[in-house]
Amino acid sequence: MDRFLETFFNATVMARYLPDILHGVGVTVLLAVAIILAGVAAGLVLACLRTARLRWLNFLIICYADVGRALPPLVVILLFYFGLPNIGITLSGPMVLFVVLSATLAAFAEEIFWAGFTSLPRGQWEAGRATGLGSLQVLVWIALPQAVRLAVPPLVNRALAITKMTALGSVIGVSEILSAATTAQSFSGSASPLTLGALAYLAIFVPFVIFARWLESRFAWKKA
Amino acid sequence: MSDRPMLEIAALQKRFGETEVLRDINLRVGQGELVFVIGPSGSGKSTMLRCCNRLEEPSGGAIMIDGRNICAGTTRDLNRMRLQVGMVFQGFNLYPHLSVLKNITLAQRKALKRDRAEAEAKAMEMLGRVGLAHKAQAWPAELSGGQQQRVAIARALALDPKVMLFDEPTSALDPELVGSVLKVMKDLRDEGMTMLVVSHEMGFAREAADRVVFMDGGVVVEEGTPEEVFGAPKTERARAFLSRVS
Repeated sequence: MDRFLETFFNATVMARYLPDILHGVGVTVLLAVAIILAGVAAGLVLACLRTARLRWLNFLIICYADVGRALPPLVVILLFYFGLPNIGITLSGPMVLFVVLSATLAAFAEEIFWAGFTSLPRGQWEAGRATGLGSLQVLVWIALPQAVRLAVPPLVNRALAITKMTALGSVIGVSEILSAATTAQSFSGSASPLTLGALAYLAIFVPFVIFARWLESRFAWKKA
Repeated sequence: MSDRPMLEIAALQKRFGETEVLRDINLRVGQGELVFVIGPSGSGKSTMLRCCNRLEEPSGGAIMIDGRNICAGTTRDLNRMRLQVGMVFQGFNLYPHLSVLKNITLAQRKALKRDRAEAEAKAMEMLGRVGLAHKAQAWPAELSGGQQQRVAIARALALDPKVMLFDEPTSALDPELVGSVLKVMKDLRDEGMTMLVVSHEMGFAREAADRVVFMDGGVVVEEGTPEEVFGAPKTERARAFLSRVS
């Protein structure tokens, strides 16, 4: 038992590396917020564009969504971080992480919003058009509010899954939580910083999950 | 009735691919007239109605609303035209995310650009007409089918249309709720609204229609007063259909 506590909960080691981990928390939270905002917004715009049903545009959007969902983000992160400098584009580690993960989230979000749009009965669009609203007005005032409500639960799950992938930043030297924890672990020879890292992830994502539940209940519109 | 019909369908054709759904439909609905369209399913009744506000794009022919051809013109003309043609659907199509009041004010505010107070006053007036003023703050899902359809009628009326189209307005309703919707339609007729109704409510047609049109196979087969069409159908097809439904 002592050995277990010594390995995973060494108070001295934890206290020493706490500031590093806390700094990592800051980086992770910042990245997560930026990724969610950019990814969801881009996915929403793509799904809205797709409702215009322009053949070539839709072909491109579908290609993007399929490729974005199929590729493991780690592969793209490594490609961007180590490959792009060879053609003269150098992005910082956090920037690569932000671009790749928000692009991945955008691909999933586009499909989720699109599923919301297509699950609306055709009569909703027709009722709007029949009352003299233009297609953009029908999209904004009738289709979008309903599609967003349908999209919230799957979107929250996806956003959680993808923001947790900020841990992939540890392979390209982004000083987020996992990176700070593994560095501390190799310096101290103790697993305790990793425990601290795990606790830090819980501290971030458990409130996120609770917030998501609240959001889901709030976005379920009133029914009899 | 004035000389110029409020709604005139001339040589209307509609094809879906190879299938010819409407073949040379000609129909005139005078100001304040209620014209009732009957016919077997697949006869093109609904398609014809949906061409009248271009929810379906006609393949040929013309449709005139108050003397203006709605098949010509820009997208903006189309939206303006649709404000003059109210449409009531079989499935009500209320917006589930908006209250009853907002359902009725949305197009008034966004398409007619009325301000909130004016739109709400108009909505309350129309809800009063369909007997649902007390449901203004309710959600569509809280209403019965008959109430939802009356709200849908109020939503269309709030835009001050010149013509009202009804696409099987009572087909999705429980039998005991049909009467409330038909009563609203009868009141509308008595107030002088021009109406084109596709429905299977033969009793209502006998009582309220000025003219009855029997369609089959994408053409108008027979047309006349309710007494003529129901009492002494001239064609064999109409006779066969009417003996099956009544």
